Amino acid sequence: MLPFTFKSSPMNPDLAKNKFLFTADSLKKKFRLSEFLSEKIITSVAFLSIAVIILIFVFVFRESLPAFKPRGKQNIEQTSSSGNKPESYGSSDSAGALQKPESYNGAEPAAAANKPETYSGAEPVSKENKPESYGSVKDTSVSAEEVNPDSEFVAKDNNNEGTLGSLFSNEWYPVSENPRYGLFPLLIGTFKVTLIAMLFAAPIAILAALFSSCFAPPWLREWIKPAIELLAGFPSVVIGFFALMVMATVLQNLFGYQTRLNSFVGGIAMALAAIPIIFTITEDALTAIPVTFTEASLALGATKWQTAVFVILPAATPGIFAAVLLGVGRVFGETMIALMATGNAALSGLNPFESVRTLAATIGAEMAEVVFGDMHYGILFLIGSLLFIFNFSINAIAEFYVKGKLVKKIQGR
Amino acid sequence: MKEEKIVTRDLTLYYGQKMALNSINIHIPEKEVTAFIGPSGCGKSTFLRCLNRMNDLIPSVKITGEIRIDNLDIYQKKIDVVNLRKKIGMVFQKSNPFAKSIFENIAYGPRINGISNMKALTEIVERSLQNAAIWDEVKDRMHDSALGLSGGQQQRLCIARTLAVEPEIILMDEPASALDPISTGKIEELIFQLKKDYTIVIVTHNMQQAARVSDHTAFFYLGELIEHGKTRKIFTTPDKKQTEEYITGRFG
Amino acid sequence: MKLKNKIIGGAITTASALSVVLIIAIIIIIIVVTVIGGKEKISWEFLTAFPRDGMMNGGIFPAIYGTALLVIIMSIAAVPFGAITAIYLSEYAHEKSWLAQTIRFAVRTLATIPSIIFGLFGLGFFVQFVGVGMDNWFLGGQLKWAQPNLLWASLTMALLTLPVVIVSVEEAIRTVPRELREASLALGATKWQTIKKVVIPGSISGIMTGTILAVSRGAGEVAPILFTGAAYSLATLPTSFSDQFMNLGYHIYVMSTQSSNVDQTLPIQFATTLVLLMLTFTLNLTAVLIRSSLRRRVK
Repeated sequence: MLPFTFKSSPMNPDLAKNKFLFTADSLKKKFRLSEFLSEKIITSVAFLSIAVIILIFVFVFRESLPAFKPRGKQNIEQTSSSGNKPESYGSSDSAGALQKPESYNGAEPAAAANKPETYSGAEPVSKENKPESYGSVKDTSVSAEEVNPDSEFVAKDNNNEGTLGSLFSNEWYPVSENPRYGLFPLLIGTFKVTLIAMLFAAPIAILAALFSSCFAPPWLREWIKPAIELLAGFPSVVIGFFALMVMATVLQNLFGYQTRLNSFVGGIAMALAAIPIIFTITEDALTAIPVTFTEASLALGATKWQTAVFVILPAATPGIFAAVLLGVGRVFGETMIALMATGNAALSGLNPFESVRTLAATIGAEMAEVVFGDMHYGILFLIGSLLFIFNFSINAIAEFYVKGKLVKKIQGR
Repeated sequence: MKEEKIVTRDLTLYYGQKMALNSINIHIPEKEVTAFIGPSGCGKSTFLRCLNRMNDLIPSVKITGEIRIDNLDIYQKKIDVVNLRKKIGMVFQKSNPFAKSIFENIAYGPRINGISNMKALTEIVERSLQNAAIWDEVKDRMHDSALGLSGGQQQRLCIARTLAVEPEIILMDEPASALDPISTGKIEELIFQLKKDYTIVIVTHNMQQAARVSDHTAFFYLGELIEHGKTRKIFTTPDKKQTEEYITGRFG
Repeated sequence: MKLKNKIIGGAITTASALSVVLIIAIIIIIIVVTVIGGKEKISWEFLTAFPRDGMMNGGIFPAIYGTALLVIIMSIAAVPFGAITAIYLSEYAHEKSWLAQTIRFAVRTLATIPSIIFGLFGLGFFVQFVGVGMDNWFLGGQLKWAQPNLLWASLTMALLTLPVVIVSVEEAIRTVPRELREASLALGATKWQTIKKVVIPGSISGIMTGTILAVSRGAGEVAPILFTGAAYSLATLPTSFSDQFMNLGYHIYVMSTQSSNVDQTLPIQFATTLVLLMLTFTLNLTAVLIRSSLRRRVK
């Protein structure tokens, strides 16, 4: 006999009465509010991520509409009556000790020697160690104050028509009397930086991943992977600062070119940001190759490196391709490093040792200065939309194409 | 003759396209131990899991036929599965205590039934641990982690956890297969005690265990119920040739 | 032939080993350089005082304060939503369903969107749409919310870090063994009871890891807040959601590219960079340690 037999308890009151437990009545389907609510709420919240993507699509595109049809003056009048001017956010509330970047007006940047627009002519920067001022240049604040604040609206209004075609031109002067929004230099700049970054990042990262997954003993692999992932954790502003302060000088002394901040410096700095991504995905791809491949190869008498190079690496090609693609996506949209290390001059030459302006840097530098709703604003959002589409496509390609190829390879088709 | 607690009629189960159980017809008597024996992969565990509708958790499973407990078809649409499982307990092959204290493990069942009064919970926990023959070993460390117990103790803890919900039927899926002989012996002894108050169905691949512990035995092979009846008969004078061959070790 | 093979093999092995060394060397160099450049300025005063003399002296407390506020509000927004989404994906979603696949795709896409785009979204949606709406509906057209501020910047950052939280939490939920869920259900618990009492307690470490990684990201990213609320020089600390705020990363950016006396502020720039680097580094290290102890526990 058991020490204690059935006793009546709140759980099964029927037990004491010796009734059957399994009755249609006691097992009737019960509605549980907390179950119902929790499932509904959890499912709805999960929708959020889809909603966010859609919203990003919608609103980034929506705000690029002013590129085609700038919103009228009423925005500006309405807001200028209140204390806070939208043009000068970012540093508008400062105590004033520092010279604030002020909004550009129609004033053509004339004398300031360090203006990016005038780079193509003079070579103002010598081998000093001072970082250039770019984007919102402090020097123009002088001329801005002199100009009648109202004239900006007048000047802009007159020039809004006819500049849309300049999208395809070779000049990016969004804040001159005659604004030109040529995307071409920005594209060239972005491509140069991306190319240089990939030339450095891809081989290093892939070789490192090869070492980590094929040559390193397991205990070492446990250390290498997290160590390189720590690099991924460095904020890009820190890498940009390092590039601006240290790398630029070192590289200039090493190679002896004229311009201290250029696409070369920017590209190498970007490589630092891309390496962890390429490394991680390549490493995953290499270790995902079934160990049976390795065993078969070694059993046939191949060495470790022959196995790695001739068996594993080819088998992981789709994954490596995806890794590089994602690295490209990362660099293409990187803003802070570009802002700090590329010189920010919208030039379109092919010389890697020239300053450049990337698409993302343009947005970052100029968005704080534009008027809500005007053409420049819209163009910047348009650039953002292009970046978004580009990234989205790279992602989609990396996923679908690569997955398809990888699956086919493993299945032997 | 004891009442038939569980009766199945033409119970068939598909995993996607593959048939795993083929038209099982069996009756399981009340307050006795029924053992399911047969070689690995022949469907005994799958069938066991049908009895408390645990197979519902697998999306590709399709079940036809009937299972009646106390003459109530448990696969009807209007049956509340959650309440059903409160009346049927399950002990798994590998013990699975929660990552909580011993007390909290046993109290888990009563808590989800709405009992929060500490005194009532303590009483239920103590009673369950005693009925599972493990009270003496854990009474001084009720608030230590359950994961610190040995394998055999953990399994008895899981049995206690099941008892705390006061089911009528206890399903055991190879409860001692991962345990050493001494712990196995303790579990078998426990089953012997429990059958006076509970209907027990035990799946085992150990024939000697089935012979020792059960009153009725059912022999499964390749998803079919070959034979079932009183244990003594199955092990001495089985009707079917296949049964005899399995018992005598010709295959399996 | 054998010799040639040996040479090639040696070259490849060496090159790949050197690549690893190079990467780790770069990490160390960046840290060392930052430490050397900034260590003299680091002091208790530096961390707790306001900037003085046009950023040439004093401390960076408001930047630290602003960054902390940003990160806290961001976490309050991102962690619950991210954790719940992760619960949905691992407990409620049918893997092959359209909804689950789409959500996963959305999360992966979110993870690779350049951070500047989030800034644009923050501007176009939060400031220009929600903010304008709020001003029109609640304030009758007065301008208060249709501007960059702490709230919009924090929410923008929350969207950026959402994928990080989701992935970490899901990873932790998956370490809870199936058998525990089955044990709970076999005892007659409902799905939600099982999640609440077994799954969530079992994945607390993953929620922690996700939060820490999100915080590290949120503290270091600058692009999303360039024009959604960060400011360089504010006289007072932010006291409400509609205020602007200072920020470590933004401070480094502006100071190193636009300040009028770069040479004099150089030590402060390095010191600020050092603070930011140490902060994110420590957070990441903590998360990595928690994560690897989690993985070892499962093995």
